[in-house]
Amino acid sequence: MILRIGSRLRSAVCEAEVVVVRSSGGEVDLRCGGRPMLGIDDPAPEGAAPDSGFAAGVLLGKRYVDAGGGFELLCTRPGAGSLAVADEPLGIKDAKPLPSSD
Amino acid sequence: MDVALLLRMAAEGFGGRVALGPRHGGPAEALTYERLYELSRRAGRWLAGRDAGHAVLVGVNSPAVPLLLFGAAFARVPMVPLNYRLADERLAAVLRRVVPGVAVTDSAFAERVRTSPDGLVQADTETFLKAIAETAPADEDAPDPEGIAVLLFTSGTTGEPKAAVLRHRHLASYVVSTVEFMGADEDEATLVSVPPYHIAGVSAVLTSVYAGRRIVQLPSFDPREWVRLAAEERVTHAMVVPTMLGRILDALPAGGRPLPALRALSYGGGRMPVPVIERAMRLLPHVDFVNAYGLTETSSTIAVLGPDDHRAALGGDDQDVRRRLGSVGVPVPSVEVEIRDTSGRPLPAGQAGEIWVRGEQVAGEYLDRRAIRPDGWFPTRDEGRLDDAGYLFVEGRLDDVIVRGGENISPGEIEDVLAAHPAVADAAVVGLPDTEWGERVVAAVVLRDGHAPDAAELQDWVRGRLRSSRTPEHVAFRTGLPYTDTGKLLRRELRAELLGEQEESMP
Repeated sequence: MILRIGSRLRSAVCEAEVVVVRSSGGEVDLRCGGRPMLGIDDPAPEGAAPDSGFAAGVLLGKRYVDAGGGFELLCTRPGAGSLAVADEPLGIKDAKPLPSSD
Repeated sequence: MDVALLLRMAAEGFGGRVALGPRHGGPAEALTYERLYELSRRAGRWLAGRDAGHAVLVGVNSPAVPLLLFGAAFARVPMVPLNYRLADERLAAVLRRVVPGVAVTDSAFAERVRTSPDGLVQADTETFLKAIAETAPADEDAPDPEGIAVLLFTSGTTGEPKAAVLRHRHLASYVVSTVEFMGADEDEATLVSVPPYHIAGVSAVLTSVYAGRRIVQLPSFDPREWVRLAAEERVTHAMVVPTMLGRILDALPAGGRPLPALRALSYGGGRMPVPVIERAMRLLPHVDFVNAYGLTETSSTIAVLGPDDHRAALGGDDQDVRRRLGSVGVPVPSVEVEIRDTSGRPLPAGQAGEIWVRGEQVAGEYLDRRAIRPDGWFPTRDEGRLDDAGYLFVEGRLDDVIVRGGENISPGEIEDVLAAHPAVADAAVVGLPDTEWGERVVAAVVLRDGHAPDAAELQDWVRGRLRSSRTPEHVAFRTGLPYTDTGKLLRRELRAELLGEQEESMP
């Protein structure tokens, strides 16, 4: 799929939801729990569960990035599956917080 | 992405934390994130049931601010916080632009809204807060990211107020790109004292919710109340505009170590005189100071001068590092900044021009026109320059530039030099019409108590530090300068006053 900034996606196998916060616009085989992710409004297949190798979980509010730095996702709802590009797991981005300005 | 999503994440991630209210408040006074989310959904249904095209607020800081902000998102209408300090005619003119709508109004301002146009339903703030608690919650469906989240009428120091449009995606992008989710410790609290109709009043609600930092509200700014509440509520974070900071410093208790719980104080929304921030750092040595630069049209902060830069500048010997205390720091990572000439060509470091910005949080749009370009770049109408290390110096509004004999002169540069004179408490510089030069430079100066320099001494002070064309041809002494309540100098008003006086004094 093509990741567009602001697009919201959901897992096909768990409760996880993400929003695309950065993207270079390329084609990405984005998966959660080993299965391709769906658009936020797409129905999820019933009874599906994360594949055993991709069940480490997605954490609320964490940012996930691919190894090539092509995109960044923000988890807006946690889930049991883990995020990957094909079989390559995504990493959690290090938080380098800005000083509070508001 | 939308602002309701930010609150839903907070309610899901740390729903039991206190979002809003006093440290030791009961459930009636202190709202948890869970409760704030639920009440916002109720406010959404309440608004939707009134065919309100706009969720207007004519009120000071109160729980109605976040409830209307998030409630409007669920009702899919813009939240419109209005400046209750506007003169009657101007408030009426703004009210005519927000129909149809519901105007949640503090009882103190009820009379001012009563004569409002057809299509604007007035609801008392207390009544609104009671009524929503008895309304069923709206569905959790996400609002359209392209929908308008907030409509802000800018201060209009140069003319009619402009209605700045902030869409859900702009505000939500700002928050997720500059704030870490649940980044606040459980004991952190922020004191919101800027009014709700200022962009910082809106962004404070959003960023605090996303960070999980308790919000303490000061209904309207008063320096003694600010210091009292900050101490009582063990406030750790706050944002103030420059005029507030000086008054807070004057209100601090003498001796001891004031406000021990305070960790970070950010300031923005106007030029901060360097002597004031230096004094603040000496009086509150344990506090991290942050200078934040942003515009309404950019969903708040786009550049930040952090605590380390402040300390390096105050203690350092390197002139470039010291000067940075007069800068607004470096752009936030999600925003690009360029300085461009009048034809739109980028300028190299060191040269002054117009500040252009680009990023997901940049809206650059008004109700009647878009100022943002198709490629995403927004001309801010602010003048500035970048130094070799990428620090941004903001000189002021381009509209305020004085053109004297074909030479462009920034008032800010002269104001900084005047403010550095030991006898000067405040200074403003404007251009007045001049038959020979087109415009001439005139200064208005407020003196510190016990000082009495004459105009010639201040003119010599400027001439010794800047080119002679920048030396004020006239210095007027005042007891105070005209500011908006959010700290913006009313240059137009000052210019008109000075012009009147000068004409009177002509032979």
